[in-house]
Amino acid sequence: MEYDNNMPIYLQVINQIKKNMIQGKLLLGEKLPSTRELALQYQINPNTAVRIYKEMEQQNMCFTKRGLGTFVTEESAVVTAMREAMAKELLDGFVREMKDLGFTKDELLKVISEQFGKT
Amino acid sequence: MLESSNLRKTYLNKVAVDDVTLRLEQGRIYAMLGPNGSGKTTFMKMVSGIVKPTQGTLFYKNKPIGVETKKEIAYMSTEPYFYAYMTVEDVGKYYKDFFEDFDDARYKKLIAEMDLSMNDKVTKLSSGMMAKMKIAVTMARKAKLFLLDEPLNGIDLIAREKIIKTILSAVSEDTTIVVSSHLVDELETVVDSVIFMKNGKNILFGDAEVIREERGKSIVELYKEIYS
Repeated sequence: MEYDNNMPIYLQVINQIKKNMIQGKLLLGEKLPSTRELALQYQINPNTAVRIYKEMEQQNMCFTKRGLGTFVTEESAVVTAMREAMAKELLDGFVREMKDLGFTKDELLKVISEQFGKT
Repeated sequence: MLESSNLRKTYLNKVAVDDVTLRLEQGRIYAMLGPNGSGKTTFMKMVSGIVKPTQGTLFYKNKPIGVETKKEIAYMSTEPYFYAYMTVEDVGKYYKDFFEDFDDARYKKLIAEMDLSMNDKVTKLSSGMMAKMKIAVTMARKAKLFLLDEPLNGIDLIAREKIIKTILSAVSEDTTIVVSSHLVDELETVVDSVIFMKNGKNILFGDAEVIREERGKSIVELYKEIYS
């Protein structure tokens, strides 16, 4: 994974894991790698890996079974909410920037539908 | 775990390390950053006991650096230090004679992971292969503190990744790693803390994530700002 040096690393990894959950690459209730494996997989510091699971747990993205490891949430509502939240964040930025460029709503809808097939 | 106070090393009239006071904690990965001649190697050599400080004190687990501490501290120097007749396997044996904590099985495993062969002659190794072998033989020790001097220098991307993975898998609650480098990009995501050296002095020391947050800059950007 390529990292953006302007954003905390743990957030970048969490976002990637969120995407994997939304895209179904990680399934509900699936076992997640140990922190050590996560560190190797993403080439990050093991202490950062610990922090990632802690943050994810606070956001109800995952849970820990004592002695067994960390697992993806079993609630599909969490994933749906995550998908909406990520989309909203992207949209907010995009719409604001397009407004700055003077695009009207109609123009915006038009360029989006034109671009949609190409991207 | 490792404490230096007002540590100083001079060679004739040249000051290599100047008034360095540091406190390293167990279970962390430290990057010692700075251009050539900033004191990184001399600091590591003092911790490993190869070089004696001119002034100041240096303690590892509350013991002064000496025979006892050498048993737990592994140092990888930048210079090659093997005899020409040796094969990769001989290097392992040579290390085993020196260090009680050298683990043959681990050495074998690391050599295989690095795509090297036990029968390769050290004189026939490319610089990248040599770098990989140096890491393998150093990290095959069950040491508690690893000092790696420029492990990423002059090697290709794939080998770098392998070395970084080896470093990451070696760190544990009671194992600490100090990596010196001027290749900051490679270490950005890997390290807990950074030690910036300049002209023998430690000019910045702290948790990488805290530094990024407080200064709103990556370690790479900070490095450019400090040394350009």
